[in-house]
Amino acid sequence: MAGIAKKENLAFSNENLTGRTQQLFFNPTEEENYTYYGNYDVDFNKRTSIDCTDLEARDLNQKIRDAMRKGYGTVVIKNPGAKHSLGVGILNKLNIIFEGSLGYFGVGCIDGPTVRIKGRVGWSCAENMMAGKVLVENNAGSCFGAALRGGDLIVKGNAGARTGIDMKGGTIIIGGNAGAFTGFMMQRGRIIVCGDVSANMGDSMYDGMIFVGGEVKSLGSDCVQSEMNEYEVKWLEQKLNNAEINSKTPVSKFKKYVAGKKLWNYDNLEPSERKGILG
Amino acid sequence: MCGIAGVINRKKTVNVGEQMRLMLQGLKHRGPDSTGYAMYGTPKKKGFVMRFKISENEAEKVKAVIDSPEQLKDRKTQVDAILKKHGAKITKQSSSTPYAFRYEFDFKGDLTALATEIETVEKTEILSIGKGLELIKDLGDATTVSNQYGLGKFMGTHGIGHTRMATESDVDIKSAHPYWAFPFEDVSVVHNGQLTNYWGNRRILERKGYRFNSNCDSEIIAVYIADKMARGIGLEQAMHDSLDELDGVFTYVVATKDQLGMAKDYMAAKPMVIYESKDIVACASEEVAIRNIFPHEIITYDPYEAEVKVWQV
Repeated sequence: MAGIAKKENLAFSNENLTGRTQQLFFNPTEEENYTYYGNYDVDFNKRTSIDCTDLEARDLNQKIRDAMRKGYGTVVIKNPGAKHSLGVGILNKLNIIFEGSLGYFGVGCIDGPTVRIKGRVGWSCAENMMAGKVLVENNAGSCFGAALRGGDLIVKGNAGARTGIDMKGGTIIIGGNAGAFTGFMMQRGRIIVCGDVSANMGDSMYDGMIFVGGEVKSLGSDCVQSEMNEYEVKWLEQKLNNAEINSKTPVSKFKKYVAGKKLWNYDNLEPSERKGILG
Repeated sequence: MCGIAGVINRKKTVNVGEQMRLMLQGLKHRGPDSTGYAMYGTPKKKGFVMRFKISENEAEKVKAVIDSPEQLKDRKTQVDAILKKHGAKITKQSSSTPYAFRYEFDFKGDLTALATEIETVEKTEILSIGKGLELIKDLGDATTVSNQYGLGKFMGTHGIGHTRMATESDVDIKSAHPYWAFPFEDVSVVHNGQLTNYWGNRRILERKGYRFNSNCDSEIIAVYIADKMARGIGLEQAMHDSLDELDGVFTYVVATKDQLGMAKDYMAAKPMVIYESKDIVACASEEVAIRNIFPHEIITYDPYEAEVKVWQV
């Protein structure tokens, strides 16, 4: 790793991606540019399993790291027992299979792995995911995919309230219904709901799109219906196929919702400020 | 934060004390200050069960006021005298701590008058009166309270429980959940959240003559529901009404002698996970609590906003 960069050289200020990290600021050389700090070279054909019955979240997450260090590319977690914070902070390509349900904050802050959860997830699953794919075979709790930044987050059953709250990218795909305040304050990215959505969908959304196959109970502030174009229909078809979800509603009958842009007041002056300038 | 849990076994009596202990122990991280159980045994055909305390557990108080054994004995004698005066005949009595008692008594008079008079005795609070309900609460985690009160072998059909993280009132038994709906037999409530129109509702209920022992917002939910039920409104309808009349963010679980119900507010802000099967329904703030009584994989779900569910024994 080639030294610590000055703040003005970071991606956030000039959009010129010279390195990607969660916490450490670094300026990599050319060949290091495509890998992570702390990245492991794993082989998907090497498989191992970990029994989570007597493990705390911290121990399990450490064991996953140990497995990656040894080069295992497929990790099966047995008996997760709905414990909290399992499989968090994995910044590597990896196949993880959870043979059961996760509790709160499951697979949060991940970047890269492909996760399959053969059960249910609790509150805030895949929070702040950067990239990768998470597939939940059962239902999901509230705040599903909160602050999601990238990747595909798929639940075959129903998702709870505030799905995709504050999401900034990526795609959330829900095979069943979604709860109240779905897409609350979302800024970018797409949510696909094959079933119905509860009250206040897309409340205060800045941008992004919500596609709904079923009924919407009510729209939140500044969320409006819009027309789908042919590319979006194709994209939806492809995404649902990849997600292994058969929607009851044909893709062409989906409805699209976007921000009404009435709350876009970024450049407008407050009434008191305006008075000052004119007076 | 607080953790709440409820379990109902359909058409059979099981060791509900142990079921509740396992669930509440799994929720300890949501609130380690105090733990409370409201459990329902087989309803008595004749007579009532009363749980009451004549002093406070002062373990967490900065200025502890420890009552002398003579004071406690004197208060107990006063309670016995009041029961006798109202014509109640004590058939069985036991105590697990110097300050908490369990009485079984036969009684045919005005329960409200009796309960009100018992509470005139200094520092005395009735935790519950009912045909089946027994309400136990004390400081410490679920296992501590269960061992202290010998709940490991409690047989019954359903129960609710609470692990409390004290935010708006003291760490003592008075402010611990669950709450019994004084003076309605067999109604109890546990609640996770906060009511923003607490004082308004409390004044309305106080004008109807109800007493409130704590400043805890959960107490009014119990009385509010029981008051509606006493006026002939069903439990489910009363809970639907509560969604409009109580403000704030909350999820609560209420139990009567043969029903268990849960309600979630319009914002769906507080968690709840439900597992339903033919024989048993369990609900808790987190799935990890339910999994303490079902070690195998189960299918659970989150209820949506403004959802009310009621299950029969």
